[in-house]
Amino acid sequence: MKKLFAMATAAVLSLSLLAGCGTTGASSNGGGSAAGGNLKIGADLELTGGVAMFGTAAQKAIDLAVEQQNAKGGLLGKQIKMDYADNKSDPGESTNAATKLITQDNVVAVIGAMTSGNTLAASQVAIDNKVPLITPTGTADKVTVENGQVKPYIFRACFIDPFQGQVAAQFAANTLKVKKAAIFIDQKSDYSIGLADAFSANFKSANGQIVSQEKYVAGDKDFRPQLARIKSSNPDVVFVPGYYGEVGPIVKQAREMGMNQAFIGGDGWGSPELFNLASADQLNNCYYVNHVAIDDPSMADFVKAFKAKYKQDPDSFAALGYDAARLMFQAIKDANSTNGDKIRTALENLKGFKGLNGDITMDPKTHNPIKDAVIIKIENGKNVFMTKVSPK
Amino acid sequence: MHSITELLQQLVYGLSLGSIYALIALGYTMVYGIVKLINFAHGDVMMVGAYMGWLAITVFHFPFFPAILFAMIVAAIAGIIIERAAYKPLRNATRIAALITAIGVSLFLEYGGMLVVGAQMRTYPNVFPETMYKIGGITFKFGDIVMLVTALVLMLLLHFTVQYTKIGKAMRASSFDMEAALLMGVNVNTTISATFAIGSALAAAAGVLYGIYFNSIDPLMGITPGLKAFVAAVLGGIGIIPGAMVGGLVLGVTESLVSGLGASTWRDAVAFLILILVLIIKPSGLFGKNLREKV
Amino acid sequence: MKRVSILNRKNALTLFLVIVIYAVIQGLIVTDILPPLYTSTLIQVCIYVILAASLNLINGITGQFSIGHAGFMAIGAYFAGIVSVKFHGPLFLALLAGGIVAAVAGFIVGLPTLRLRGDYLAIATLGLGQIVMIIFQNMDYFGGAAGMQVGRHVNWSWAFWGTIISLVVIHNFVNSTHGRACISVRENEIAAEAMGVNTTKYKVLAFTLGAFFAGVAGGIYSNYMYFIQPTTFNFLTSFNILVMVVLGGLGSMTGSILGALIMTVLNVALSGIPSLRMVITALLLIIMMLFRPSGLMGTKEFNLNFLEKKEERTVA
Repeated sequence: MKKLFAMATAAVLSLSLLAGCGTTGASSNGGGSAAGGNLKIGADLELTGGVAMFGTAAQKAIDLAVEQQNAKGGLLGKQIKMDYADNKSDPGESTNAATKLITQDNVVAVIGAMTSGNTLAASQVAIDNKVPLITPTGTADKVTVENGQVKPYIFRACFIDPFQGQVAAQFAANTLKVKKAAIFIDQKSDYSIGLADAFSANFKSANGQIVSQEKYVAGDKDFRPQLARIKSSNPDVVFVPGYYGEVGPIVKQAREMGMNQAFIGGDGWGSPELFNLASADQLNNCYYVNHVAIDDPSMADFVKAFKAKYKQDPDSFAALGYDAARLMFQAIKDANSTNGDKIRTALENLKGFKGLNGDITMDPKTHNPIKDAVIIKIENGKNVFMTKVSPK
Repeated sequence: MHSITELLQQLVYGLSLGSIYALIALGYTMVYGIVKLINFAHGDVMMVGAYMGWLAITVFHFPFFPAILFAMIVAAIAGIIIERAAYKPLRNATRIAALITAIGVSLFLEYGGMLVVGAQMRTYPNVFPETMYKIGGITFKFGDIVMLVTALVLMLLLHFTVQYTKIGKAMRASSFDMEAALLMGVNVNTTISATFAIGSALAAAAGVLYGIYFNSIDPLMGITPGLKAFVAAVLGGIGIIPGAMVGGLVLGVTESLVSGLGASTWRDAVAFLILILVLIIKPSGLFGKNLREKV
Repeated sequence: MKRVSILNRKNALTLFLVIVIYAVIQGLIVTDILPPLYTSTLIQVCIYVILAASLNLINGITGQFSIGHAGFMAIGAYFAGIVSVKFHGPLFLALLAGGIVAAVAGFIVGLPTLRLRGDYLAIATLGLGQIVMIIFQNMDYFGGAAGMQVGRHVNWSWAFWGTIISLVVIHNFVNSTHGRACISVRENEIAAEAMGVNTTKYKVLAFTLGAFFAGVAGGIYSNYMYFIQPTTFNFLTSFNILVMVVLGGLGSMTGSILGALIMTVLNVALSGIPSLRMVITALLLIIMMLFRPSGLMGTKEFNLNFLEKKEERTVA
């Protein structure tokens, strides 16, 4: 019996080793990134795990972008083929996913990941292998710039936290003309923390006062205990830099508790789902920073195509995923090559790209897109354009 | 907290959250009491129930009661299938093997569900009136009352079923000594299937109410409440039906008081700390000794 | 009783095999033949082998149902990361620090909780693991919920020899008088107590040693991955380690190695089909438990006895 087990184990071990060697040979011969008439682009996304909602939304949008691009003849005369790798919403798995995409699938570029932490975990692999990576929604400052040095090959399609926080704070101080603000942060999200820090600093320098700061954790459903504390601190405005899944219930519960203050947020609010999570009435007197006016024609086309393909409305993750993919396509086209260094240079020199989220020019010093922000006012269940803010 | 009113208000929030935990914990504790299996998939059965309710309300346009009934029936069938396929063959295996299987079932429901309905959240339509009630400065809404009353009614129903009906007697007998029960003519297989059916139906009811109360559902929604309900069940003394109710309420109130004191980020840690302290001081839970009966 | 020399034929052969495995893989890495994905998978196999073996010491050998192992992994990961990043300490010191802090934590929480039995201990350890995670989420010094950046300091040699040393220590512990005492606790705690075994002492000892190696594994993890977050060490990770142990066979150290190998390789192999990966893993888990609830190896060990001459085996 014992012997049988021993042999079975040995067999399993040698099999797995053999399997390993088999693929090894194949992949090391592969080399060329555009084998078989396809141009391979990888996406390291949160497809399962805690924030699967972000990654799956982006995946759909990227698929749509690829489909449209391929219908137009693809890139460099080849059809684009996406390779998706799931990072399970975990940084360690994100490193694995990037390693797989870059060293095993030999992709020419990587899109992802959705959170800053997972992007940071993937970025070293991209830098080491000289493969450009663009994150749709990794907003933390240090994703592209660390210790004053821009990270080569790492780009983003979204705003950075300080900009959005600043826009929101200036809007509160100058347009709403309020003095006392409360902040309600998603503790697990570096996006939320980054926005809150920037808001706090800018609001204070505009002679405002932060009267209370409370925290929740993404996935929470009951926000009333923290809202009660915010309510008793009596703010004029509440800044909630979170994602719509939590923002909806927060606004709803706050209104039910009799809090009639203005609520302000960032681009994480951007989803039609918000109007299902709280009533139109409750969402009045709410404002958020977003990338582009909702009635922009390019956005309307995207929403239409997305709805036709998936029978659901796209959210901000989908919109940014779509832009990230198209930015990368544009760069590969400009570079006219699949060489990582050339794509990187093309991305750095990208100017006036017609994105869903407005005209995008990449800042070569920070690898952040320079694009306008708009303030959206929610009025009777509709997004209404208020003002446009250009970055300095 | 600045005043007594605020404290009372936080208590109300805690009770309404706690009644949700209690609802889920009821099924948890019943299954554990009879089969001695930590059914980690219970929270995910709740998710299945929530989706069934959503389907019934938004697609079939059922009114509230037929919808919740539909969800309960589907979940009961799912519960029986899960028990027959995954747990029954392991009835005499080690506890740890059964636990691993439960983890497997839980992952299967979560990611199988994600495959079927997608990862994005769905929103529940408003079923209950949005009226707010105000008594002495303390506000609560219609949904809060529904939650608490449903939890209480189901607890009593379950308690009476287990105590005074024939199937309840069979459940208690099987829980006490499965082999002896078998020898005495109790159909243990049917009894255990019934236990899973009832437990899963309760989870589905909780899922639908959860969906209505908080508006949104997603395939991973069962993980956190499942874990919390489990804590609630242990807190009250696992296997004891009124214990699950009390455990749920205690957990809900604790959480809202901790958040109300401004320590929301430590909320779950406090809940687990209380759990561990209760276990160390009184391993059988708050109600472990007073009520000797084991479901 | 005949004294068995350390340098008997079996040990020499094992050592030889270990060196051959190391040398072959190191050779493949140095010559760039082994793709980076395989190297990183192998290193993760090493990390999970240590985790599974150390949990097996608690669950399989001593019979204490613990499902909070990721908590100790987190402690090791964070403290080793801090030593590497903030103090620029050598890797060896970082891993040791991670292990020691985890062991101290294991001792402190083990002493009161190990009085509990069966499911209750499981629940308590589950809670402990979650508490550790929440503490790290709230500590800004460790990067809070957003996470902490640690560089890559671990390579194949570190991971491999770290694993071998851990396995040798655990193996020798299990085969020592202490190990026998632990097994007696598993088999029958009351009988063990009656025979004069200080059950509390051995339970805490096994728990502390298990926590130490979980800490070391966590240290290797954080010094290999570029970035760590508290949520990495949630109860699902604890479950994952437990699955490896049970899959391999509770009480079998070679089973734990096999379990860690299978689960890690499966995870990487299925990453091409993300939407199905978790469903397939779940189904395999259920099927495995249905057909072989005692795990692949049961409580047996894979060893090299069958290669030896008959006479020698009867002597040993």
